[in-house]
Amino acid sequence: MAFLEGLAEEQEDGVYLVARADLMGAVTAARDEGYLTFVDITAVDHLRDEPRFVVVINLIARSRGRRLLLRIGVPGDDPTLPSITPVFAGANFYEREVWDLFGIEFTGHPDLTRILLPDDWEGHPLRKDYGVGSVPVQFKGAHKAT
Amino acid sequence: MAGEAQHPGFLMTTLEKGVNWARTRSMWPATFGLACCAIEMMATGASHHDLSRFGMEVFRASPRQADLMIVAGRVSQKMAPVLRQVYDQMAEPKWVISMGACASTGGMFNNYALVQGVDQIVPVDMYVPGCPPNPQSLMHGILSLQEKVMAGEIRRSTGVL
Amino acid sequence: MSDTPHNVEGDLEAPTTEAPDGIDAADVGTGGAARRRVHDLWVAGTEERDWVAAATDEGAQELLPRDLDPAIDIQRGIAVVDDYVEEVTAEEDERQIINMGPQHPSTHGVLRLHLELEGETIRRVKPIIGYLHTGMEKTGETLTYMQGGTNVTRMDYLSPLFNELAYSLAVESLLDVELPPRADAIRVLMTELNRVASHLLWVATQGMDIGALSMMLYGWREREKILQFFETVTGLRMNHNYIRPGGVAADLPDGWEADIEHILSEVPVAVGEYEQLLNENPIFLDRTVGIGVITPDECDAYGVTGPMARASGIDWDLRKAMPYSGIEAYDFDVPLGKHGDVFDRYIVRIAEIRESLRIVTQVLETLPAGDYRTDNRKVTPPPRKRIDESMEALIHHFKLFTEGFKVPAGEAYRAVEGPRGELGVYLVSKGGARPWRIHVRAPSFAAVQALPAMMTDSLVADIIATLASADPVLGDVDR
Repeated sequence: MAFLEGLAEEQEDGVYLVARADLMGAVTAARDEGYLTFVDITAVDHLRDEPRFVVVINLIARSRGRRLLLRIGVPGDDPTLPSITPVFAGANFYEREVWDLFGIEFTGHPDLTRILLPDDWEGHPLRKDYGVGSVPVQFKGAHKAT
Repeated sequence: MAGEAQHPGFLMTTLEKGVNWARTRSMWPATFGLACCAIEMMATGASHHDLSRFGMEVFRASPRQADLMIVAGRVSQKMAPVLRQVYDQMAEPKWVISMGACASTGGMFNNYALVQGVDQIVPVDMYVPGCPPNPQSLMHGILSLQEKVMAGEIRRSTGVL
Repeated sequence: MSDTPHNVEGDLEAPTTEAPDGIDAADVGTGGAARRRVHDLWVAGTEERDWVAAATDEGAQELLPRDLDPAIDIQRGIAVVDDYVEEVTAEEDERQIINMGPQHPSTHGVLRLHLELEGETIRRVKPIIGYLHTGMEKTGETLTYMQGGTNVTRMDYLSPLFNELAYSLAVESLLDVELPPRADAIRVLMTELNRVASHLLWVATQGMDIGALSMMLYGWREREKILQFFETVTGLRMNHNYIRPGGVAADLPDGWEADIEHILSEVPVAVGEYEQLLNENPIFLDRTVGIGVITPDECDAYGVTGPMARASGIDWDLRKAMPYSGIEAYDFDVPLGKHGDVFDRYIVRIAEIRESLRIVTQVLETLPAGDYRTDNRKVTPPPRKRIDESMEALIHHFKLFTEGFKVPAGEAYRAVEGPRGELGVYLVSKGGARPWRIHVRAPSFAAVQALPAMMTDSLVADIIATLASADPVLGDVDR
């Protein structure tokens, strides 16, 4: 789409890859183009790929009935990204969730604290190097089996 | 149990039977609905499965006025101290029903976020399995608890009865 | 009974004035200026006291003084509308901070609200969530695609079939399978009935929260009829795991038409009775008209969709804009409100019940014959009796239930119009039998985030009505 010219690279229909430095420009351009409805921000941890994290921003333009997905690569050794709360106020809780579960820090976010986990939790559970945390199931009488 | 050891061969008096009967006939649950099981708990209290016929339609929001805590749903690590606090605020005698698989054992979510069984935090008197248990199962659990209380099997060691 | 832990020693000891380890002795007894005492009964000898006290303190979620709070615009609900004029009518010390929840009869689940009150008026609202966080997205990475429905269905537990549908659509888009038309029609039938059941529960709880207690009994009575239908079809009243990638789990049983006709004859009559009770009821109107208003700009900025957005006048329904499962073949309208208050949301949801029943009527009349799931045996298991006859069927069944089918690598986002708004699933596959990442876009998460915009400068009683009208399901919010 023309409004993202120079800021993003189209991967599929409605899915764009944005470089980290161009994020604010791309989001502002999308909003000015009519993508006013904020839908979602989420992240994926690819662990061994480069960049390690991919943050996905989901917007809708109701006037055209179109959805826009912006993918931003975030490296694992410097997991920061500018916060888009100045553009979409709804990004607040979503960015806090990504910070909580992935450890990606959003610079400029007004209140970047944990949202789903207790405040004193250590670690970021949805990262791939964090185990699922399952407890071995103890069956009654199992010790007698041997 | 400490109570029984003090009274070997103790025969239940009419007074104790009467007290137990009164306790079972108006056991007020505290609202502790957490997740999907809470919806089935509400259905049990609603018109079709009427829990009111057992004296229990009064779900007291304040734990100070409640006798029975039905832990309905999954207990996350963040909710665990809240659960314990509400349990502590209930006055004796009090009972706990662990409703559903998540409250009893952690259910299908054997992961970092859930307490694997609410009996890690509070003493449980009755476990009701199901995901979620349908209202008839929950009522069966409640009625079984009432039978246990009537038979005097559950006695909190606070001194008198 | 003897296996359950009993704090016998704790119960017998009388509370002393000695603090357990870890608590500053200066705080005991006096209430302590340094630490807030959350309860006054603690039993000596148990270390859990400081665990309980520490964990229920606000910590990082504390509501800071107004000039220090960086998120003040968002909590005041003025982050979006910038022509708001605040009348400063009170000093800082005339305001009081009160905690509501997480255990509260009216918070629709385990939602905690920090309220800054000035008398009876709310000046700031901060929702704190996470009390139902179940790590479902992490668990979803350990389950195969056929098991994934059991996990996803428990997120928005009032509309389980919608969760399953969004998940199945995402998986099918990566698998690139074609569904038979009967499978799509059954999906539409079940999800629209689920929408009716969810809205009936909503009107029941909204009525109860406002004080119309008998609505609770009426709404559940109608919901039972639909849940009984679900039980005959799927085997469960809730959390069905019925809509699976490739179609649905089982065909509709014999006699389903009679059951649906029974529902269609009774539910609209009951909904008419609710309208008679509530639409012109002066108390209901006083409690809901003009309360909890959200503007269309705020809806867009916060991501609020569904009946809440439509009540504000936003004409957006994914069933019309981005249709799925062949729903565009059915004739239905999308009700819109004008004012964006609680009463409009009520009217919109009641109208949506009727529209969904219209769709159900059309499905009843036009349900095509055929397979209820795709016959691609790499995805759906073979019929049970084939397993006795064919070795290939046995092997397929075995592979599907032990290893699971592999989904080609890719990423997909599919959304459906749930009863609370856009419910989407973002699925990332790396070619294995288990998803690499599954994320559910929860409509209630946005609604909870938008609560300050609706509740600021209203009365305490109004926030109950507003919260009920936002219809948050905490399983969806916290996942």
